[in-house]
Amino acid sequence: MHYDLVVIGGGPAGLAAAYEAYENGISKVLIIEREKELGGILNQCIHNGFGLHTFKEELTGPEYAERCIDKVMYSTIEVKTDTMVLNIEEKYIHAVNGVDGYMVIKASAIILAMGCRERTRGAIHIPGYRPSGIFTAGAAQRYINMEGYMVGREVVILGSGDIGLIMARRMALEGAKVKAVIELMPYSNGLSRNIVQCLEDYDIPLYLSHTVTDVVGSGRLEKVVVQAVDENRKPILGTEKVFVCDTLLLSVGLIPENELSKNAGLRLDPRTNGLIVDETMQTSEEGIFACGNVLHVHDLVDFVTEEAQNAGRNAALYLNGTSAKAKTVQVLNGNGITYTVPQLINLSKDIKIKLFMRVSRPYYNQEIVVKCKEQVIASFKKKVLLPAEMQNIVLETKQLREIDGNILIALEEAE
Amino acid sequence: MIKKITCTICPIGCKLEVDIEKNTVTGHTCKRGEVYGIAEVTAPTRVITSTVKLEGGIYPVLPVKTNGAIPKHLNFKCMELINQIQVKAPVKMGDIIAENVLDTGVDLVATRSIKKG
Ligand code: SF4
Repeated sequence: MHYDLVVIGGGPAGLAAAYEAYENGISKVLIIEREKELGGILNQCIHNGFGLHTFKEELTGPEYAERCIDKVMYSTIEVKTDTMVLNIEEKYIHAVNGVDGYMVIKASAIILAMGCRERTRGAIHIPGYRPSGIFTAGAAQRYINMEGYMVGREVVILGSGDIGLIMARRMALEGAKVKAVIELMPYSNGLSRNIVQCLEDYDIPLYLSHTVTDVVGSGRLEKVVVQAVDENRKPILGTEKVFVCDTLLLSVGLIPENELSKNAGLRLDPRTNGLIVDETMQTSEEGIFACGNVLHVHDLVDFVTEEAQNAGRNAALYLNGTSAKAKTVQVLNGNGITYTVPQLINLSKDIKIKLFMRVSRPYYNQEIVVKCKEQVIASFKKKVLLPAEMQNIVLETKQLREIDGNILIALEEAE
Repeated sequence: MIKKITCTICPIGCKLEVDIEKNTVTGHTCKRGEVYGIAEVTAPTRVITSTVKLEGGIYPVLPVKTNGAIPKHLNFKCMELINQIQVKAPVKMGDIIAENVLDTGVDLVATRSIKKG
């Protein structure tokens, strides 16, 4: 089997990347998806708020997915679902499914779009018993929204990221008593809209600077112990609160899913746990591109789509032999910035580049300053910068021409 | 009476103070915040998303939404209605599942297509 382009992962990133490459003249394209249908995580995100940028209207997750899937279905792009990729070696993809059995697929170019997975209890070291009733928020979301069964009646949620908040409302609407959302940090990692519409609407209390320090139950979960934490995030003795509950949901972060990338020897960025890419979304291996949550965890699917289109377009350029190699510089992160994507930029191209980044804590009245050798290349005033919201800046062609070495992106107090 | 709320229109999240008697807002940094503040305090509305039972599909439930915002105080009434509905596969995205939900003029629609299982 040989394809011009094989896209691994059929979620929003893979779908948009494959379609963009197809639109740019690449005809033999294959999408490989391990689930029984395309759409990825969007299929279980039945709440609305998706697509304001991409489709200029507010959609639910499944609606956003279906629009992306329809485009692919009306094209000549081939799809293999229920198919597991085992390994990538050079440009050979080893995969297996129940119909074709074991396959080795040769690809002229590959786009990695495997998405991310949830951190689990083990990953954050919660002590205590091992009763049933402890779920990651995403797993619970799938059970309720797709498999159609309720996971519990009395619920505590650890982590106030958007998935945790969305699940608080979902459980409350389905008649569960959501007793508390517990957040380790002194601020929530969710959008303020979700704080209002998911917690305040349902009188669900949010405990900031708190964490779960014990889990009790034999068989099913019976209660959790919650404690306040000090500025070093250490539990404070004597602040114990007990919540009787049968369910604990963990919404404690997402990690890019890069087992395949690691085995393929691709370079990863320890700051994002994702792949290192340049502005064309190309990884450390020529002809292998990546996009979406496999690079860094996004909070808006619209940005995933945009990034994926960029990857698809550049994979097409690569396949048509028109991508030019140029001098590469690094994008370094300074004060207040935890990471940037892309991490590398190829100079001497007449393009503009969008850079995505996150800040390390809430900041107010700052400037995002881009410097090259102490020279300010660009700066962007920002009133509010929250870790929950991915920031992006655009460097114009004119500004890019001034760059002749590594660039540093940092926050500076605005006057 | 003054009500304190957070504007949810954009990420800045201005802290608004709405004077219910005078219908005035302070604390907003733009016009949209003012409009939101009055609406949120006088007649808050929400879009409801949930699932209904599905027979004969590849999944046992079908995701649905109100295709417009309904008064917030009807959230649980709307859920009661949703929980009584059962539909049969196949379903197409946008199909009306229940018309004029609780006399709001808003319909409940399917948010995905589902084939027969
Ligand atoms: S008032 Fe305006 S600037 Fe402030 S949060 Fe609302 S929309 Fe944003």
